[in-house]
Amino acid sequence: MLLLPALAGLAFLVLPLVGLLVRAPWSTLGTRLAEPQVLEALRLSLVSATLATVLCLLLGVPLAWLLARVPFPGARVVRALVTVPLVLPPVVGGVALLLVLGRRGLVGGWLDSAFGLTLPFTTAGVVLAETFVAMPFLVISVEGALRAADLRFEEAAATLGATRWTIFRRVTLPLVAPGVAAGAILCWARALGEFGATITFAGNFPGRTQTMPLAVYLALETDPQAAIVLSLVLLAVSVVVLAALRDRWVSAS
Amino acid sequence: MLKRIAVAVTALSLASVTGCGDTGDGEASPASGGRTLTVFAAASLTETFTALGAAFEGSHPGLKVRFNFGGSSTLAKQITEGAPADVFAAASPATMKPVTDDGAASGPPRVFARNRLVIAVPKDDPGKIHGLPDLTGPTLKVVLCAEQVPCGAAAKKAAAAAGVTIRPVSQEQDVKAVLTKVRLGEADAGLVYRSDVKAASPQVKGIEFAESAKAINDYPIAALAKAPQPGPAGEFVRLVLSQQGRTVLTGAGFESP
Repeated sequence: MLLLPALAGLAFLVLPLVGLLVRAPWSTLGTRLAEPQVLEALRLSLVSATLATVLCLLLGVPLAWLLARVPFPGARVVRALVTVPLVLPPVVGGVALLLVLGRRGLVGGWLDSAFGLTLPFTTAGVVLAETFVAMPFLVISVEGALRAADLRFEEAAATLGATRWTIFRRVTLPLVAPGVAAGAILCWARALGEFGATITFAGNFPGRTQTMPLAVYLALETDPQAAIVLSLVLLAVSVVVLAALRDRWVSAS
Repeated sequence: MLKRIAVAVTALSLASVTGCGDTGDGEASPASGGRTLTVFAAASLTETFTALGAAFEGSHPGLKVRFNFGGSSTLAKQITEGAPADVFAAASPATMKPVTDDGAASGPPRVFARNRLVIAVPKDDPGKIHGLPDLTGPTLKVVLCAEQVPCGAAAKKAAAAAGVTIRPVSQEQDVKAVLTKVRLGEADAGLVYRSDVKAASPQVKGIEFAESAKAINDYPIAALAKAPQPGPAGEFVRLVLSQQGRTVLTGAGFESP
């Protein structure tokens, strides 16, 4: 009963990948991959997705804790607001980031005049755009894990005199580690594939803001074969990294 | 199990094929108002072609004109992959070429408009720009189209004609993205088409420069060989090429061929 839709679902997800593999220009693959622009885009993608994930962890785990553990008025609204980047078309997210963090934005204007710091068209801008789009994935999975965790451990620690910070560090975090890991993986994958917010907020310049998805999109304009090669590289790298990490973090713990 | 999936998929695709046939096959019901002319056109033609489409509907009762505006190369790809379209208007001969090479056009494309580049600046013009050489300032933030898209190719040609090297902070995916960066003041200047500046005024100012004459973009149009509505397709092409079409296009900043 469940097998048929499950197989159909799998086929639906995997067939486009098969399409890429079938149409890939295997004979020229080597020379295309060796192009410095490809390696540069790949390096930038991996670095910025990883930095974005770190930023998501630093900001997102405390936010998830706040939503799961601290009752406050309007929590429901805050929870809905956290998911806004999921619903927002990424390009709109990019425009919104420009309006706030751009050179003439609400916060960006001040950053520029006070520190001479501008974010659009920089690698930092790429990381911020990816963080914006990917953070909900982390917050939602960590919040879910926190809600599922047994509160009695934390209460026991509290009765033994542990501070809130100690409890969070020594009891809560280890308890929800698999949830944090799963969230971080989702977050990283989303950041790696990010296109709309990145190109709108950070622009597109090779070596500085041109990540793999941007390179794929532009290659599609003139050289679809190159676009297929680039997509395959991105897919291969992400599948390898995700498979390795998932085994180590999620199933082991 | 797999066989059953295959049957379901086949049934679905058949349904969609007949669905297309229904909308496309309008000859059977000329008076019932079910006929639709599908026009694929470059994004920069959005305003002008929408106006011309309304005029065309006015002179052809019962006929609806439906537009698919987008990047020319994407549209060309959709057409060569079999998307049902009657007319294709591209932003450059290079993006029309895959369609004619594929035998998908019903005849040789005709150039119906030209567009030239201008320097777009925010309305307060923080960079005090007068011409292309001003775009080489080291602190100036200039955005251009990527070389892969027609406006980027034109920008490269214009810069070469002026003998200047522009170092953009970003190579955008299309001309509207360049305009957005200028409009929001993130960029001090960008190179876009004159018609785009006209559509974005007064938030964006256009500055003409002499070298743009070396990088004028031709817009070709063609009725398609597999047009579901071959008659109206030809008539729409004639309307675009007519004096009326020319008036609408030049009013929006395009030049006559």
